[in-house]
Amino acid sequence: MEEISKSPAVPILELREVQMQFGGVTALRGISYGIPSGIIQAVIGPNGAGKTTLFHCVSGLLSPTSGEILFRGRPIGGLLPHRIAELGISRTFQHVALFKSMTVFENVMLGRHPRTRSGFWATGLRFPSMRREERRIAQEAMYYLDFVGLADEAELPAGALPLGKQKILEIARALATEPSLVLLDEPAGGLNMRETEELGDLIRRISETGTTVALVEHDMNLVMEISHRVLVIHYGEHLATGTPDEIKDHPAVIEAYLGEG
Amino acid sequence: MDSFTFGAALLQYTISGLTIGVIYALVAIGYNIIYNVTEIINFAQGEFVMLGGLFAVFFTQTIQLPVSAAFFAAVIVTGCVGFAMERLVIRRARSSTVLSLIIITIAVSILLKGSAMFWWGKNPYSLPAFSSGRPFIIAGAAVQRQAIWIFAVSALVVICLTFFFRRSAYGKAMLASADNPSAARMVGIPVRQMILLSFTLSAAIGAAAGVSITPISLMEYDRGALLGLKGFGAAVLGGLGQFFGALVAGMVLGLAESFCAGYLSSGYKDAVALVLLLLALFFKPEGLFGSREAAKLKKF
Amino acid sequence: MTPRDWRIFVITALFIGFFPWVVQPVKAISHYVDVMVFAGIFTIVCLGISLLMGYAGQISMAQAAFFGIGAYTSGILTARFGLNPWAAMPAGALLAALVAWVVGIPALRLKGHYLAMATLGFGVIVHIVLSEEVAWTGGPSGMVDIPGLQVVGLKLKSELGWYYLVWTVVFLVLLFCFHILHSRVGRALRAIHEEESAAEAMGVPTARYKVQVFVLSAVLASLAGSFYTHYVTCLNPSSFNLMWSIRFILMVMVGGMQSLWGALLGTVLMTFVGNEWLHVFADFEVLVYGAILLLVALFLPKGLVSLVPRRAAARSI
Repeated sequence: MEEISKSPAVPILELREVQMQFGGVTALRGISYGIPSGIIQAVIGPNGAGKTTLFHCVSGLLSPTSGEILFRGRPIGGLLPHRIAELGISRTFQHVALFKSMTVFENVMLGRHPRTRSGFWATGLRFPSMRREERRIAQEAMYYLDFVGLADEAELPAGALPLGKQKILEIARALATEPSLVLLDEPAGGLNMRETEELGDLIRRISETGTTVALVEHDMNLVMEISHRVLVIHYGEHLATGTPDEIKDHPAVIEAYLGEG
Repeated sequence: MDSFTFGAALLQYTISGLTIGVIYALVAIGYNIIYNVTEIINFAQGEFVMLGGLFAVFFTQTIQLPVSAAFFAAVIVTGCVGFAMERLVIRRARSSTVLSLIIITIAVSILLKGSAMFWWGKNPYSLPAFSSGRPFIIAGAAVQRQAIWIFAVSALVVICLTFFFRRSAYGKAMLASADNPSAARMVGIPVRQMILLSFTLSAAIGAAAGVSITPISLMEYDRGALLGLKGFGAAVLGGLGQFFGALVAGMVLGLAESFCAGYLSSGYKDAVALVLLLLALFFKPEGLFGSREAAKLKKF
Repeated sequence: MTPRDWRIFVITALFIGFFPWVVQPVKAISHYVDVMVFAGIFTIVCLGISLLMGYAGQISMAQAAFFGIGAYTSGILTARFGLNPWAAMPAGALLAALVAWVVGIPALRLKGHYLAMATLGFGVIVHIVLSEEVAWTGGPSGMVDIPGLQVVGLKLKSELGWYYLVWTVVFLVLLFCFHILHSRVGRALRAIHEEESAAEAMGVPTARYKVQVFVLSAVLASLAGSFYTHYVTCLNPSSFNLMWSIRFILMVMVGGMQSLWGALLGTVLMTFVGNEWLHVFADFEVLVYGAILLLVALFLPKGLVSLVPRRAAARSI
């Protein structure tokens, strides 16, 4: 793992001077950064630093006011979110955004959407191709539920799960889209210590499958333990980057965090 | 066509367009008040207009009140209907989904319309103008005295509301409840009362519009829906929640309708305002005077 | 479809199949077959509403307008141009689809109250056009002498024939809708209803799906309109006004919007209530409708099916 973080890997995601303004408020002031392929990248910063806004820009829920976002060398700024999901970026949400009345299983099945194709006619008339596809979707969804350890809860409504498991379910749903980059927005928020530890293991296992992971997180223990690189943003600006150890002792970072409190 | 009559006709259409437009503006203001406080679009808004007109008919013809007293009586009674609507229905629907809320206000509108038919039947009623006398003739176009009254009533409503929301503690509290209900509650604003007040007030304003227009265009039980829709058009075009915008947009709609009736087809005059409503919703939902940024922040 | 849905399907089909045998011999209720033909026609509209509003969460107050587009296209093409009704029917569906598509693309960017107002406004415009284009539609007095339907060369005369034809179509549409719901498309629609931006981020082209399900509901309404035209053989714009859009929604709400069975149950029930009992109120029928609408929305927002206890609460289809 150390090797990956040290090798000069090709960036899977490259931000060039990304700016985001809401009316008079500037949430991102020209962020430039490249996430190397295959690593676990943490994004940290005090509250309101613009971390979630950055994820919204990358996943297409917001389109940046200016600047470029390149995914595997291809500009994706301003594309619709579903196109970006098709290209291979998926995400979870800071405030859990599951389809609560659908079952755990159906939530993950929905994640297969960008990798399947039957439309209204094919499904309504039950073409054989659609039946095959549905069987495959079910199998694959089960695989991802197994992967995160939620197979036993498959038939429960997602809203009935405790928060910790909802967060894990969101990760399973995101993985089901087969992303090459997955954005986790505060995955440990609201989790207890044991759950956070399990989450850390899960994130490592995701990384081992070759998926690049970017996470926004406030739990510094988790960040320091699992991430290969850390990006610190503060007031929408790129403050520092480095390995967790470098960041821990970075004077500007310490000041930003202490200054806030 | 010689130029004099052409000019006179143009002026005539303009005047009648502005007159009806001001009515739409009043309806729009009714929507705005409720929307400002609750973010609900009240689909029964048009029925308040109809009720205002018909109550005024009741007070002048059955109880034999003078028109001016009937005006206030109708406004107060319709205000009470708005009050009752909030108290009996909207309050129970607090936790409903948007769809349920829409259905609920539509149901209320059906009930009001049905009740009006029950009491007044299906015939249109007329009301004497607020002041009698021949119309003024300006450059060959006739301006009915009632039109002047309509402008006066609307001007009064707009001035009072502006004053109310900008200056009075009550009005400011209402805006605050709209902005952030939980924060308003925390600083001690009785949000429930504000919602109740908004329904009462907007019903009363709708009624004022209804009483004013009845001497010109008569009133019957089923006029509410269309008046409501056009008023909503004015509200959207003017930027939902904005009083001045509603006034301008109402007049734009009124003019478009009047010119269509005059120069194109009277059958389609109702459609014109609706097409404008759709165009506004589709292409400029933030309204002519609203900013896109601000509209983004509101949940439609 | 789940095994439970299949069981209900078979039971319902048997019930519908034997229904005329039971009611026709009894003079007092033999006209129930006629009522059920209307119930079937309305069910086709209401299944579309259930998909659009109950599952995908998109509000439309214009379903009566699409019902009218189908009805008048069939009426005009057959009565004025002598076209075969079976050819006029897809023409109506195509026109409804086209109109729904053109209106839907901008309208479905709106949500909630705005979407409701936009579709309501559109519905009123269609009604105005039906009343004003006298040369085509006959205007407010409507059209008469529209030909009936022929099935494989036989003129469909009896109510019984109509009954079986319409209900066969209902069951086919029901199957179609169920299959959509139990597929990636159905999951996408429900996801849009619950968390639109999450659905979008998971790769669901939400805008396209919303327009597609709107078009589907319009096509179903239009087909129902065509059947309606050929069954009653006369048309009047007042069957396609705002009140009818609201009535359709009421039917679906009574049964339960988020259930196709609820849509079917509510439609049959409300059609019977409307035809059999409410007409004693004559003009004041509308008051009763308003009251039912209000009570259902306030106290039974999920409809009658929500009263049925279910074992697996999760499988909410």
